[in-house]
Amino acid sequence: MSLTVDSLISSPAELTDNRASNCAVVLMTRIRLARNLANHSFPGRANEAERQEVLEICQGAVLKTRPLKRGLLVAVKELNPLQRQILVERHLISRELSESKSGSAAVINKDRNVSVMINEEDHLRIQVLRNGFQLKKAWTTINNLDSALEKELDYAFSAELGYLTACPTNLGTGLRASAMMHLPALVIAGQMEKVVRAVNQLGMVVRGLFGEGSDASGSIFQISNQTTLGESEKDIVNRLQSVLESIVEHELNARAKLLEDEPAKLPDKVGRAFGILSHGHVISSSEAMNLLSLVRLGVDVGYFPESHRVTIDRLFIEAQPGHILFGSGKAELKSDERDRLRADGLRSEFAKFSTPGYQSPGLN
Amino acid sequence: MASPLKCDLCSNQATVHLTQIVNHKVHKVDLCESCAQAKGVTDPSGFSLADLLLKASLNPEPSAPSGLNCKQCGYTPDDFKKSGRFGCPQCYETFSNLLEPMLNNMHKGTAHTGKIPERALERKTLHDRLHKLETELDDAIKSERYEDAAKFRDEISQVRDAAGITPTL
Repeated sequence: MSLTVDSLISSPAELTDNRASNCAVVLMTRIRLARNLANHSFPGRANEAERQEVLEICQGAVLKTRPLKRGLLVAVKELNPLQRQILVERHLISRELSESKSGSAAVINKDRNVSVMINEEDHLRIQVLRNGFQLKKAWTTINNLDSALEKELDYAFSAELGYLTACPTNLGTGLRASAMMHLPALVIAGQMEKVVRAVNQLGMVVRGLFGEGSDASGSIFQISNQTTLGESEKDIVNRLQSVLESIVEHELNARAKLLEDEPAKLPDKVGRAFGILSHGHVISSSEAMNLLSLVRLGVDVGYFPESHRVTIDRLFIEAQPGHILFGSGKAELKSDERDRLRADGLRSEFAKFSTPGYQSPGLN
Repeated sequence: MASPLKCDLCSNQATVHLTQIVNHKVHKVDLCESCAQAKGVTDPSGFSLADLLLKASLNPEPSAPSGLNCKQCGYTPDDFKKSGRFGCPQCYETFSNLLEPMLNNMHKGTAHTGKIPERALERKTLHDRLHKLETELDDAIKSERYEDAAKFRDEISQVRDAAGITPTL
């Protein structure tokens, strides 16, 4: 069976298939490597003929690697705007690639957790996604894929400066490792600002998941390394790992403290969120994110069965505007129509949820 | 305030003030509203202070002579100033004077200590060697030094084997 864009986007994403996650606070781990071919202008500078040439060289090499041999090659110009938006919402391609000129493409594997973008800001952006907290595994996978590509491709590399990238902020390792973290208790306790400052001091950056304001909707934050030169890949990954571990610990402490100091606050918030999701008729995407986030926290503290977390993680993605439009089968939706369809979908999902049990909440 | 802060990118009054600590160094950026918007400061998903610092630090006259062009892709310091990105790998050598002072602020160190594309480098070494031997072979044949030519031919086939290249003759 051949892989098509539609089959790819109608199947669940890596992020949404979060079975038995080893650490509920971390939704997803991601690593990307920026690579360029020697003796070719970077995509932003290259003319159409050179972009095309680079595309052919790169796609040939990418389709030879084991993880992507049976992958789907999508040329960006052949995608309609909705398909582009969905792939962006799935984190499979970047916004920059989705807006790029001719000669840009992505190769995505069947499990939707390995993708290589061609002619984005750099000739190659190799990306590996893993659900949960799996930074080291993601590094092993991407390192092997990179080594396989290097068999075929002559990378632009300098002994002193490392892998040469279009933007000097990616120079050296070209590695950006990140984790999507669900930090609702730190947000409720008003501690996020402190965390962001501390994380910045350690050379890491905090961003929102879908870029909808710094008070990231759904209390989901993306934390990644800021610098790429002067440190080995292993050191970057290990340093990020320990920063993430300590954020997880702070989040769990904040949850424990919240339950102890204000025992009614959390059940009240979770219950109200559950009520709106079960009975609301007009819900915007950022409201949906915030409500889902609270119910997810409810699962973590034991108000709902663990099995419900998978559903919520899927809904985080399916409540995004592109996914609502795709599900409607229509070409266009006004935002109020979209908010109603979103609420309809959420109501039917939450009708299947068990009634929350608020008795003696236990952590984890 | 007697003289309001000016935007780092244009000369309008700055209303957006950013402070970030990178590698224990405090970096401050002051921007007017339109520059802040244009640089994506209001969009946390796409915003990188490092990018912005890079552009801001470029804004005073670049230290490299302005006539300097990249031989490979024709990029100028002005192009780099505008986009914050280089045109091709060669630009890193062309504009090394411009780049060096920036790297300290931008990164943890200024030298790469990570992965090396060993296979690619090995292949490059072999190809360079092959190219050199082929030139020498041609020279030897032209000047009728047949003993040397035979030696080069043997060496060439050895290097070809090592590089996994089948002779195209």
